[in-house]
Amino acid sequence: MRKEIRIAGFGGQGIILAGIVIGKAAALYDGLKAVQTQSYGPEARGGASRTELVLSDEEIDFPKVQSPDILVAMSHEALIKYLDDLKDGGTLIVDPDLILEDEIRPFVEEHNINLYRAPATRTAQEEIGLAIVANIVMIGAITAITKVITEDAARKAVADSVPPGTEKKNFSAFEAGLKMV
Amino acid sequence: MDETKENRFMKYLRRERLPNIFCAGCGIGIVMNTFFNGMEMAEVPLEEVVMASGIGCSSRIPGYVKCDSLHTTHGRPISFATGLKLANPEMNVVVFTGDGDAAAIGGNHLIHSARRNIDITVICINNSIYGMTGGQISPTSPQGSYATTAPYGALENPFDLSRLVTAAGASYVARWTTAHPLQLSKAIKKGLNNKGFSFIEVISQCHTYFGRKNRMGSPIDMLKWMKEESVVKRKADKMDESELEGKIIVGEFHNKPAPELSQINCKLLEDKCTAGKSSAFRSAYQGD
Amino acid sequence: MKTENLFIQGNEASARGAIKAGCRFFGGYPITPSTEVAENIAIFLPKVGGTFIQMEDEIAALGAVIGAVWSGVKAMTATSGPGFSLMQEHIGYAAMTETPLVIVDVQRGSPSTAQPTMASQSDMMQARWGSHGDYEIIALAPSSVQECFDFTVEAFNLAEKYRVPVMVMSDEIVGHMREKITIPEKVDVLARQMPFEGPEEFLPFKAAPDGTSAMPAFGDGYKMHVTGLTHDERGYPDASNPEGHFQLVKRLCDKIRKHTDEISRVKNYYTDDAEIVVLSYGIPTRPSLKAVSMARDQGLKVGFIKLDTVWPFPEKTILEGVGGAKRVVVVEMNLGQIFYEVQRVLSGVKVELLPKIGGEIHLPEEILQKIKLQGGL
Repeated sequence: MRKEIRIAGFGGQGIILAGIVIGKAAALYDGLKAVQTQSYGPEARGGASRTELVLSDEEIDFPKVQSPDILVAMSHEALIKYLDDLKDGGTLIVDPDLILEDEIRPFVEEHNINLYRAPATRTAQEEIGLAIVANIVMIGAITAITKVITEDAARKAVADSVPPGTEKKNFSAFEAGLKMV
Repeated sequence: MDETKENRFMKYLRRERLPNIFCAGCGIGIVMNTFFNGMEMAEVPLEEVVMASGIGCSSRIPGYVKCDSLHTTHGRPISFATGLKLANPEMNVVVFTGDGDAAAIGGNHLIHSARRNIDITVICINNSIYGMTGGQISPTSPQGSYATTAPYGALENPFDLSRLVTAAGASYVARWTTAHPLQLSKAIKKGLNNKGFSFIEVISQCHTYFGRKNRMGSPIDMLKWMKEESVVKRKADKMDESELEGKIIVGEFHNKPAPELSQINCKLLEDKCTAGKSSAFRSAYQGD
Repeated sequence: MKTENLFIQGNEASARGAIKAGCRFFGGYPITPSTEVAENIAIFLPKVGGTFIQMEDEIAALGAVIGAVWSGVKAMTATSGPGFSLMQEHIGYAAMTETPLVIVDVQRGSPSTAQPTMASQSDMMQARWGSHGDYEIIALAPSSVQECFDFTVEAFNLAEKYRVPVMVMSDEIVGHMREKITIPEKVDVLARQMPFEGPEEFLPFKAAPDGTSAMPAFGDGYKMHVTGLTHDERGYPDASNPEGHFQLVKRLCDKIRKHTDEISRVKNYYTDDAEIVVLSYGIPTRPSLKAVSMARDQGLKVGFIKLDTVWPFPEKTILEGVGGAKRVVVVEMNLGQIFYEVQRVLSGVKVELLPKIGGEIHLPEEILQKIKLQGGL
């Protein structure tokens, strides 16, 4: 089993942290092998942001994502940029409030993409009252939709990745994401 | 040789390395004497002194002194000294350097170490020329002075090193010439006792190159020139620019204690650091 | 502290390895993509009584490291291409003065400023020959986050054993990627040796029979003079003596060259019956091994050699590993550096290069294609 995941959006959404949490959950708590990588641009703020994960039950020889099984898009720009790389029959998770679905509908149909809508940003704002936990909501959604990591491992990884004192809000965010599916 | 007439500082030297390579009449001999004199006045035993130096005539001093010393690369001795001091703050770290070493290739290290106010005493023997390589122009050569690489006279403005280092943040800065051995000894004493970055600039004679190129072919000519042209800072402060042209301003440029880097670092290490020694002290010798 | 499992970047693993190996001083200068080594060790060092300093440039950084080593601590720096270039002067000084130290070079696209956020293996020859003169160093090439930790520990021990600069030739990919690593409670740490002789008898630059020489610290009463000039066994300058210079420089080279077998870490995979051998080091070993197992699945007799130490060049081990193979493919992220070394060692074998620059690793499929392309299998 080798699963390639790409999560992309814009700077400030906590994209990289989402990748780290999923990697930690897989590698430290689910007994899988995991490699997390990320794109580095010269911009300190804003701009595009991207993280990639390879998860496997065997040693990971090639550490980079070639053709993702799962694409998570948290901006329209990221969606358009990376959609072509998604495997036929792959899983696409989008934050529906941040993308224009009409533009991708033909591609989704043509390539048998399983499209899921996870309104992470709206949920974070409305249910948790904190837009910055949208990434944790999305981790919940990814966990529930893809099952690449277990819920229990994801909870543990969230716990040791978020700043002390913010655990409660982040757990609520994670649970809200789980319930989206 | 009559043993009783031997220089009283001979005990500090590596006797087996003598005679030294310096030209007869070179200012370095005076600087070595004044250093040992200042060290005794400061009551710093040589056992507590470690030296670092770069490349050039002045940088050969540590090789003749019976203490631990790093004869390093051109311009960089202060960076080595920074590591020596931070890894063992108990040591009294002294850097011997020259104008080419400290002001040209090593200028950046000089100003940054002054900024850090790290407890190092830098003795910069400024003879306004590259002596070891045969008389090339240096960043402190007076405008119009001659050197092999300034055959028509130096075109550029020279650095005023003591003012530069003061501005950069050193806590003790003084300039004297080799014609002022007593004042120089006192400045070295103060520099060694100062807990912070001390910079002692010594205007010195290179009669072999600077002198010959600039109509002062003997050490005596040059010492006379330095004595006659020197103006103490207090007096110079009251003189105007035209009066000071061609003069050597000597004296204390700055003397104001300030927080020192190795001590600040020890505070950071807090409980790891007792009596000025961090728990890392000589840690390389501990196995697993 | 018990055994720990962490999911961290290679650069953080290097910093953690250094602390475990006893490093208590870091002099550095920020440069992408190595900066996380400095940032992490700046957090760790004060907690173990050690000192971190950010110097004004890389020349000063390595100068401070050398100073700290002579004060009796283990010390390191980390950098990348442009900074590594600036350090070359002091790498030569460290080799000449037999100062043990560790440099982690997180390689990026080169030459000049080039690609700060992209990987390469373009400093491999600079690691070996970057400073002027004849000298030897040791270089290791990690291909995983675990190896970033393990090889940094190893680097400190090798540095102490041979009193030589040791380089961990990491790269942007391995430095920045996160993987699980296991940090053992204790690692083997080689302590610096004090001489048996007292200050009157001790010669700080006399060759030890086994290559390892004792090294007291400044302040221990040995009153050593350490110089980059050609020096005698006492450390005194002796720069105009042709025979003395020959003896010194020959000894500095021989203490590494004659221990190449002891220093070398090379792993062979499926080489026993191999007709083609793929050879690589660092991060491209991962797609290489994948390509080799793909080739095996297709019935091709292909073996793989992974160099964990690149310098001193493990000639004998490579010759043995290649055995009777007819063809060797060298996979590296530059336009050919170690390739020429392999070619030199394997006369009579067809050695081919699969280069790649631009920042990305070779794909397993590319390597497989190269294996098959002219293999005649």
